[in-house]
Amino acid sequence: MKLGTLMRTGLVAAGLVASAATSAFAQAGDTIKVGILHSLSGTMAISETTLKDVVLMLVEEQNKKGGLLGKKLEPVVVDPASNWPLFAEKARELLQKEKVAVVFGCWTSVSRKSVLPVFEELNGILFYPVQYEGQESQRNVFYTGAAPNQQAIPAVDYLMSKDGGNVKRWVLAGTDYVYPRTTNKILEAYLLQKGVPKEDIMINYTPFGHSDWQSIVADIKKFGSAGKKTAVVSTINGDANVPFYKELGNQGIKAKDIPVVAFSVGEEELAGVDTKPLVGHLAAWNYFQSVKDPANAEFIKTWQAFTKNPKRVTNDPMEASVIGFRMWVEAVKKAGTTDPDKVIDALIGIKVPNLTGGISEMLPNHHITKPVLIGEIEGNGQFDVVWKTPGLVPGAAWSPILDDSKNLKADWTKPVNCGNFDTVANKCIGKAAK
Amino acid sequence: MLFLRSVSVLLSVLASLALAGAALAADLATLVGNLTSGGLSEREGAITALAASGDERAVPILEALGAGQLYIRNSDKLAVIGTVDGNKLALTEAVSGKPAGSADEADLERVRVNNRLRGTIEAAVGSLTLMSPNSRTRLSAADALFKRRDATALAALDQALTVEKDPRIKRAMSEARAAIVLATAESSPAQKLAAIALVRERGDRDSLGILKTVAAASDGEVKTAAAAAAESIEQSLAAWQMAQNVWYGISLGSVLLLAAIGLAITFGTMGVINMAHGEMVMLGAYTTFVVQEVIRTSAPHLFDVSLVIALPLAFLVSGAIGILIERTIIRFLYGRPLDTLLATWGLSLVLQQAVRSIFGSSNREVGAPSWMSGAFQLGQLNITYGRLWIVVFALIVFASLILLLRKTPLGLYMRAVTQNRPMASAVGIRTPRVDALTFGLGSGIAGLAGVALSQIDNVSPNLGQGYIIDSFMVVVFGGVGNLFGTLIGALTLGVVNKFLEPYAGAVLGKILVLVFIILFIQRRPRGLFALKGRSVE
Repeated sequence: MKLGTLMRTGLVAAGLVASAATSAFAQAGDTIKVGILHSLSGTMAISETTLKDVVLMLVEEQNKKGGLLGKKLEPVVVDPASNWPLFAEKARELLQKEKVAVVFGCWTSVSRKSVLPVFEELNGILFYPVQYEGQESQRNVFYTGAAPNQQAIPAVDYLMSKDGGNVKRWVLAGTDYVYPRTTNKILEAYLLQKGVPKEDIMINYTPFGHSDWQSIVADIKKFGSAGKKTAVVSTINGDANVPFYKELGNQGIKAKDIPVVAFSVGEEELAGVDTKPLVGHLAAWNYFQSVKDPANAEFIKTWQAFTKNPKRVTNDPMEASVIGFRMWVEAVKKAGTTDPDKVIDALIGIKVPNLTGGISEMLPNHHITKPVLIGEIEGNGQFDVVWKTPGLVPGAAWSPILDDSKNLKADWTKPVNCGNFDTVANKCIGKAAK
Repeated sequence: MLFLRSVSVLLSVLASLALAGAALAADLATLVGNLTSGGLSEREGAITALAASGDERAVPILEALGAGQLYIRNSDKLAVIGTVDGNKLALTEAVSGKPAGSADEADLERVRVNNRLRGTIEAAVGSLTLMSPNSRTRLSAADALFKRRDATALAALDQALTVEKDPRIKRAMSEARAAIVLATAESSPAQKLAAIALVRERGDRDSLGILKTVAAASDGEVKTAAAAAAESIEQSLAAWQMAQNVWYGISLGSVLLLAAIGLAITFGTMGVINMAHGEMVMLGAYTTFVVQEVIRTSAPHLFDVSLVIALPLAFLVSGAIGILIERTIIRFLYGRPLDTLLATWGLSLVLQQAVRSIFGSSNREVGAPSWMSGAFQLGQLNITYGRLWIVVFALIVFASLILLLRKTPLGLYMRAVTQNRPMASAVGIRTPRVDALTFGLGSGIAGLAGVALSQIDNVSPNLGQGYIIDSFMVVVFGGVGNLFGTLIGALTLGVVNKFLEPYAGAVLGKILVLVFIILFIQRRPRGLFALKGRSVE
């Protein structure tokens, strides 16, 4: 272990030296530092490296426009190496040593939970760009990814509708950790509320990186042969998806028979799969690369030029990073300073265009408004949008479906100023509750 | 005179034929026009209308629609079918089937479908192709109708049944007919009972679904018959499920065997705790990726043999890197297991990060050659070709390794060195060279495993990490230093895992297996097949 840690520190050090070297020309003192806290090694590197590049691109763009408040932006990249305790250490390093004005980072919920106390203690600002399980609102964190009511619930509604196939029987399959467990808890409560009997819901969890899906896919097939239209709602994370989809294809489960709607599978994840057997399986997101919109076309062009790869794909967490970054820039302009307290206050109510043709707004609960899109996988690894919400959906921090959160609301404006305000008892619960 | 008359008759017949043809074509054109205009629900109506027209020329149009290849050309609003041809799409007119040049995807508007429409299209194509001269098409048409149970196809099915000669297709058609009868509310109880008997004989999961729906939706005699039929199918399926679990277990076991067999050599016979073993597997998988990339760009016709080409290359790449590691690091650490553990662990991180820098952190696509895709049905057992080949491959690798160790001079030296190093050295065996070759062999076999695993897992820098713990479990369980132990260990763990999974779930199943091994090691510290003799002391 010792050697492992040593090498990892070595790599991080090398990374730091490199990033220091690139920014050496910017004069010290009159730059605004932007922290990037995404894993560049370890299991999550597959997803997070891309987001680091997006933020670097946005910083470069902003500098071309003349920077911010007359100063250049200076990115500070650290590598928490998919190691949750290291996330907290690196966050502390960014805030205390580097004195960054804002941090863009984290992917998994456990990494976000591990840095929360640090941001609270040192009064930093974190933009979190990934869809998550909700049930949280923290003063120092801005959630630009989807809350469950902006992804999971609309997806289920779609499948219940005539166009979605009138699904009556549900498999909730997920990787065994906090996001799938909480999302499935919300979904199960929602389905029961909608009158789906308990025996028509099957819940299945698998370990991280699960690669042998034979019996689980066979189980799904078995569950699906009860004479009712069946669908799979998948919160399977990361690497485990590829063998899962391969097995679906192998066992001949077509989207026509048992559609799978996924919340963690986007264009990047499909890059390693032959999608022809998967045509018709679904994903619910707030952004797809295939959305035809001038802002999106422009973004894709810049991104492919930045990465020097004309085939590089874009995905939903990237859009969330873009929205977060632009909101922060607007808020700093509005506040005229990078002082955290002032920026946090200024952020609420900031509106910036998203990449699907709408205007997203930062709400008092630190979540944003987004459209919900349902896409079907196409043969070329892209998604064809088959359904979208008529307008933008405001993100709800607390699920109204679960009993222990239905009375809670988050509002970081005066006079409430609380992340978990109990509307029945009429008081702020504060840190005591999760 | 007679001659003239017959000519005029012939002419008029021809003319009327041409007229009828024109009318049909016009019909098709309007129907296709309806298909490409309006929203999704109008499209559904248009598909059903096309199916009802019975016009076989609609089949390619519907198939193109289902495959997302039906477009409207922006310039003249003509419905065209586009197939990929280089960077452009080669177009044919949908109605007439004439070539219509080529175009960029941007100049065309695709006619969109969703899952529900794909189902409708499947049924429509099914009812239109029931009379096709091609027997395979007829069979898949019957299967599609069985799945969709589209009542409008009943007439077409009845007609097809009267002329069908092939007993297999006839059977599939009557099953489809039975399924439709059961799905139609107006069918009489007698019809339904006959249909239930037919569906019961089919006996697969789809039939079970149909029977359960019927049992839930009807009453009286039909309900009891359907429930009884569903019951009997469930019983026979339960037996098949046992067989299926065994097969899944063997398949998982063969993957474990492949991953562990290289380790059985480096750890089992040399005693090196090689934490970088998983990365050798990963390198093998990346070699496959590189081979396929080269083939895709320069010789696409060789794609089906890409894995065969990748095998020796993966063996050489991983083997060479293994020898390099042995010569530069491990040979200085023999007899110091803790140091080896740490050094190889660090090495595994270096290798992962190196691959990440070269190939990027995202997954790489490794395609399956045609002979490894798809599945076949053995009774009610669904066996995929990919898995079957991996089982076969694992056994071949195992057998060749045994032969190598037993029948070649190199194998003899290896066994001599592992059993008694000073003595082997004394009789003139160059032990350092044998060490390097043994380590290279173990690593090379890991590379071979990588080629196979690239077919079922993601090719990413983390590929190896997922297998390292399992590999050690297999080797320790099977008995360190014994290849047959590894074989039995891998298969046992695979089967046990697959039998636990349905009851305990994947997470708990894994934990239970781990607990089982720990307890087992308490009873038999040397594993299933312990090496006997002084060498182990």
